[in-house]
Amino acid sequence: MSVAAIAFYCFALTTVAGGLFTVVSRNPVHSVLWLILSFLSSAGLFVLLGAEFIAMLLMIVYVGAVAVLFLFVVMMLDIDFAELKAEMAKYMPLALLIGVIILLQLAMAYGSWAYSDGFETRLAAPQGDMQNTAALGLLVYDKYIMLFQLAGLILLVAMIGAIVLTLRHRQNIKRQDVLAQLYRDPAKAMELKDIKPGQGL
Amino acid sequence: MISSDIQIVLPEIILALFAMGALLGAVYTGKDKTASFLTWLTAGVFLVLGAWIGLNGQGTQEAFGGMFIDDSFSRFAKVVILFSAAAVLIVSIDYMAKRDLLRFEYPILVALATVGMMVMVSAGDLMALYMGLELQSLALYVVASLRRDSAKSTEAGLKYFVLGALSSGLLLYGASLTYGFAGTTLFSGILTAVGHDVSIGLLFGMVFMMSGFAFKVSAAPFHMWTPDVYEGSPTPVTAFFATAPKVAAMGLFARVVYDAFGGVVGDWQQIVMMLSILSMFVGAIAAIGQTNIKRLMAYSSIAHMGFALMGLAAGTAMGVEAMLVYMSIYVTMNIGTFAFILSMEKDGKPVTEIKALSMYSKKEPLKALALLVLMFSLAGVPPMLGFMGKLAVFRAALEADLVWLAVAAGIASVIGAFYYLRVVYYMYFGEDSDALDGTMSPVAWGMLVASAVIMLVGIVNLFGIVPMAAEAAQALVN
Repeated sequence: MSVAAIAFYCFALTTVAGGLFTVVSRNPVHSVLWLILSFLSSAGLFVLLGAEFIAMLLMIVYVGAVAVLFLFVVMMLDIDFAELKAEMAKYMPLALLIGVIILLQLAMAYGSWAYSDGFETRLAAPQGDMQNTAALGLLVYDKYIMLFQLAGLILLVAMIGAIVLTLRHRQNIKRQDVLAQLYRDPAKAMELKDIKPGQGL
Repeated sequence: MISSDIQIVLPEIILALFAMGALLGAVYTGKDKTASFLTWLTAGVFLVLGAWIGLNGQGTQEAFGGMFIDDSFSRFAKVVILFSAAAVLIVSIDYMAKRDLLRFEYPILVALATVGMMVMVSAGDLMALYMGLELQSLALYVVASLRRDSAKSTEAGLKYFVLGALSSGLLLYGASLTYGFAGTTLFSGILTAVGHDVSIGLLFGMVFMMSGFAFKVSAAPFHMWTPDVYEGSPTPVTAFFATAPKVAAMGLFARVVYDAFGGVVGDWQQIVMMLSILSMFVGAIAAIGQTNIKRLMAYSSIAHMGFALMGLAAGTAMGVEAMLVYMSIYVTMNIGTFAFILSMEKDGKPVTEIKALSMYSKKEPLKALALLVLMFSLAGVPPMLGFMGKLAVFRAALEADLVWLAVAAGIASVIGAFYYLRVVYYMYFGEDSDALDGTMSPVAWGMLVASAVIMLVGIVNLFGIVPMAAEAAQALVN
């Protein structure tokens, strides 16, 4: 067995194991940690495939941001996962049945998988001896510019949506008003009264 | 090259830029105080763009290497989408302002969703398809829960979001299988790769993708979300859901089955037939027990999608033509009906009970008459335009030798007529009550009456949309 094959099996095994333990572990924090392991090993798989850019993205975006965000959410929300699981257990037999049927169907599909005639000619041509990152840049900002911009619009909608659904303007809190502070006139801000002793105001 | 591409997608770019400009403008000025003006402005932009696309477009053009197709099919769909979205926006202003829902993000989100719909019907590539679909769906999830303090509205948004994500997953899985078979995401490439027979793996991909589309058009058995989302969303949003997105999803459905799988009509035809027949019956039978008019309209839209899919199931240019005509008529009827539903209120509170319509004809004879015409038209009673739509899809199915489908559709439409007629029954023969006291804004009144008049006058020549739909169908099928 070559080194690449050994590496592949190691990474593949940890990916699958990570995925499995994400689902079965009792503690949700452990679940997220297993998920991170699964992400990391799939990044390894991408490196083996020669897609180092995607591997880096997976590390930075998924492990660095998404998974950590998950971890925070899981720790901050007080969800009784045991109760949720008990609820879910009722449907387990049905879910298992459907899962097995779909698995069999997919095995059927992949078992007799056939590529179309001339499959290779339709695949995108490799961009010479360019690096992956440079080639991706050319594709994303040139050939697929429309899709890139549409993805931007989708993110904009997500941002607008988050604000529409959560932002509340609270009326009764004091806010800093810089202009009012700057235009404050010390001479008028305070009034001095000369009070005679024993009289009061 | 890029300038000619931009020339072709100019309407979409203008609309997207308008949405962003409006967002900035509203944030830096009056925020929600500008909402009413902004809604009118957005509707105006929709109308101008619709007219521009309808009058200006010529022939078939492709942009970005075939990822975006501008042909008479996409133009027809875009004009319907833009006009119906504009109509719904205009009708909704009054209702939303009364209930303190008119936020300036609403027209902006609708505009962005419309950009997504325009991309959907023009998609020539699996990736463009998905981008358009997500842009549309994400904006719709947000507007569904626009009334964020109401549990029903947030439930509607969340339910729509979770099930929508599931359907997107199905769609993507199917798309990946299709790509794995064909080696390209371009529809034209898939068409040549598939040829005339389907391998089992590709069949799986196709079925998964079509399940995703069926969810988006709310065809049975993927319709479960529809009644809950329709009921929970604010009524103007429901009106929007029932019109433009349905046209877009139907356009996308037709686009994919013809542009990408046009060589294997026999294989997808069975699936569409199944979806069609299930939708017609589920829509017709489940609506009988409904007491809420929004849920009733949800089941009605499921049934109508069944009829529209029957046109698609014919697998001919005539079928696509019938589908387009049907969708245009359906949208017009729905705008009128929802203009009425928006005005149903008692003491300033919206009412959605069907029983509330009891003896409505005594109080408001003209409005009741308009609604009667619309209900007859929705049911497909002969002198109305709705009948012409049904006739078109029946003819398409018969010419494609799908006699049993046409017979089943006939039975389903008779069952469906029951609940439309029940609404009419309440209005004219129900018990005396004064459950409704609302007044209608002049705009909504105009829409209701115009829609009813169209249903009567349109039978003369359907305003000439048939030749346009025929041209659109030719562009798609060939």
